[in-house]
Amino acid sequence: MPDLPWGRAPYPVLVADVHGAVVRCNDAAGLLLPAAAPGTPLTDVAPDWLCAAHTALSLPGPHAVPDTEGPLRGVIGGRCFEAHPTIRKDGSVAWWLVDDTDHQLVREALCMERGRTAFLAKASNVLLSSLNLARCMDVTAQMAAESLADAALAIAPARGQRLPVVTCLRGGAPVLSTLTVDPDDVPGLGEALRGFPPVPSRWIDPATAPAWMVPEGFGPVGSIVITPLPGHGVPAGALILLRRTENAAFRDEEEVFARLFAARAGAAMSAARLYAEQSTITDVLMRELLPPVLHHISGVDFAGRYRPSADHERIGGDFYDVHPAAVEGEASLVSLGDVCGKGLEAAVLTGKIRNTLHALLPMADDHQRMLGLLNTALLSSHHTRFATLVLASAVRRGNVVDLKLTSGGHPSPLIIRADGTVEEADTHGTLIGAIPNISSHTASASLAPGESCVLYTDGITEAKGGPMGDALFGEERLKRALSDCAGMPAEGIVEHIQMLAAQWLGNRPHDDMAVVVISAPRTHHLSAVNGHTRGRFTA
Amino acid sequence: MSTSTPPRLPRTGDTEQTAELLWKAVSAADEYAATELVLRLLDEGTDPESVLLDVIAQVQGRVGEEWAANRISVAQEHAATAINERAVTAVSTHSAARTAVTRGRITVACVDGEWHGLPARLLAEVLKLRGWQVDYLGAQVPTPHLIGHLHSTRADVVALSSSIATRLPTAHAAITACQAVGVPVLVGGAAFGPEGRYAKLLGADAWAPDARTAAGHLAQERLPRPASDHQRFDDLPHLGDQEYTMVARNSATLVRSVLTGLEDAFPAMRAYSELQRERTAQDLAHIVDFLATALYLDDEDLFTRFIAWTAQILVARGVPARSLPPALDLLDRELKDFPRAVRILRAGTHTLTTAPFTAAGNIA
Repeated sequence: MPDLPWGRAPYPVLVADVHGAVVRCNDAAGLLLPAAAPGTPLTDVAPDWLCAAHTALSLPGPHAVPDTEGPLRGVIGGRCFEAHPTIRKDGSVAWWLVDDTDHQLVREALCMERGRTAFLAKASNVLLSSLNLARCMDVTAQMAAESLADAALAIAPARGQRLPVVTCLRGGAPVLSTLTVDPDDVPGLGEALRGFPPVPSRWIDPATAPAWMVPEGFGPVGSIVITPLPGHGVPAGALILLRRTENAAFRDEEEVFARLFAARAGAAMSAARLYAEQSTITDVLMRELLPPVLHHISGVDFAGRYRPSADHERIGGDFYDVHPAAVEGEASLVSLGDVCGKGLEAAVLTGKIRNTLHALLPMADDHQRMLGLLNTALLSSHHTRFATLVLASAVRRGNVVDLKLTSGGHPSPLIIRADGTVEEADTHGTLIGAIPNISSHTASASLAPGESCVLYTDGITEAKGGPMGDALFGEERLKRALSDCAGMPAEGIVEHIQMLAAQWLGNRPHDDMAVVVISAPRTHHLSAVNGHTRGRFTA
Repeated sequence: MSTSTPPRLPRTGDTEQTAELLWKAVSAADEYAATELVLRLLDEGTDPESVLLDVIAQVQGRVGEEWAANRISVAQEHAATAINERAVTAVSTHSAARTAVTRGRITVACVDGEWHGLPARLLAEVLKLRGWQVDYLGAQVPTPHLIGHLHSTRADVVALSSSIATRLPTAHAAITACQAVGVPVLVGGAAFGPEGRYAKLLGADAWAPDARTAAGHLAQERLPRPASDHQRFDDLPHLGDQEYTMVARNSATLVRSVLTGLEDAFPAMRAYSELQRERTAQDLAHIVDFLATALYLDDEDLFTRFIAWTAQILVARGVPARSLPPALDLLDRELKDFPRAVRILRAGTHTLTTAPFTAAGNIA
């Protein structure tokens, strides 16, 4: 139709009347819809979606095209078209068809890429936030089952004969199980778990897959792929993806995507594994340096509490120990001290001092000799640090607890009497590990039932803070607080003092703080009560 | 109590009377009578959970009330709590409390700076009785320790306890840190306010008013893994005005200037002993602490409740509370450039001038 201005337009144009018959079309429309001769019913020429739209729009008389959300779209001859209508005066409609197949493909690809990027970002977020291997495996299996397959298994390298496996079905919760299976029975799995030699993702025949690989209730398996999880120099594990028969095949880009996910999961799982190994090492090494849990020994109550200078640490330069007597009826030995400095280096030295004192226990009744030998040992070690400490021997005689107290350059122990009087033990001496010849003076004291002796480090008295932030907690304030503690159980006193010091400090930095309390039990009950056995009434 | 005839026990099931007996033992600081009582209850077949919650928890609640009403000192409260702790230990080691693990793993801890460990301990014991594998970390757990623990265990959930409202900013940090490593958090304790309103505000996954409800809630549904993109700031956008930061950071300076201002207004205060002066400063530091917390949560009720309580305590202590409104007034002047702080302080003053205790002439 050369007479029409749009006759040679590059876009197909088709006009149909109110009766649904083709009126005319241009060259491009003729190529697209070869049957579109004038007079032919539109239904014989065009696809249903276009016919339906035409019927809805083509009414007699002039009217406007109603507003719609986005253009009308559909497929003609295998390609995707937008159809833009123009209504003519007689009610017939000119359909302008715009091929947007490529545009559509690009849009779909963009949408998919955005989805994948969001998925990978989420995976990184979730995986990075945990240093717990089991939790990383949960996340790996669950996310893989949501987006990559119908079910997924995250497998960590075996511990001994046992293989930790987290299984997750799409829409389900991850389940951990420990299986005693040989990964080398499955092609590619052994290598993936060892991390050597490097292997690509590997398809295995679902028929040969062992039963443990297929989750219960999964149904017939269409495909199984085993992807190694790359670690940081250590094997991180493997990811197994299962798909059902209906959507079995993985497209190339899906495989690439799965590998990208596997790289993130592997990095997280190997980091979690390294962290677990490191923290196990730290825990084992630190176990001996942790302050012991104190309790009731041979009729004497002991309680202790320790707060290291840094909140993220558990150990520091203060230490205490209670050694029960080798023979019933003899005194238990309490030691509490403070190594110059804080943090790990100081903690290592506290370990040495505690070990040395432990070895010197046979002479526990001679405090001077113990301190002298400890002094020699510290002087000859390569450490340049020194320490202050106090030794206390405590033994129950009748209802009272007899004490021998010796200070090696340490703040004197304080004794809380039943009436609330607080006495300072008359002991003093040289600090340990600084000069070759030391001397000290031992004090004796007796605790009546309900009375206590408090050993503390200067972290308590030198706690700087208070309501105006600039005052030391100080010995006077400590004594005043202790005079309120008459008759309190040992744990109560320890906790009370640590709490007052902590509240005095607020959020300010502080030194290590240790408190040990030795108490004579209040009542006449003989005490086998330690929380594990029943007490007996004696009087 | 040094007698060979043990005190006669009420019939099993009459927990109210037993609680009264335990209260007597606890307030007399008689740990042996306390543990004996608890052990005998168990021997007679009382349900261990009931011993923990209907007897020990009741008594501990009473200890708290007595302290809040200033009828016992902080030291006495500690003594009573230490004895209750021993009673809990006695229950947990009794053969009636032996339970196999049938449920998941849970970490129970108190917020850093929270020294009241007993409520959390009771929850831990109740959860053990109900078949959970429980890691009880104790009172005042620094957040780095809590997170370190979560990294090395596969806890399904964390139960976090706090009784003091001023620990709420720290609690918030702990809640978000747990959620960031993928573990949901159930909170409890008086700090979280009436009906647990601050629990929701701070983004906790669940709240329970007491141990029984908490255990029931945990048994009912598995708390879902928290969203990974949660930011602490999202909960409290008002923190953008920096008022909390400024007040919390300058609390010592604020206390000092208000104290000086009070001495000018009440010359009699200049004759205070060092101890009295320090006590007043401590009261002021408390007020600033609560003001900061109210700013953090943007909740003036928290502040007015505290002010009303302080006024009552001062009266109970026999201290005239007339210095309270001028103190708030001085703070108001110091913080005049901070609109939220001023609004909260004026609400506090309003409470003092309208509350019934002014009529009695105790305040003002």
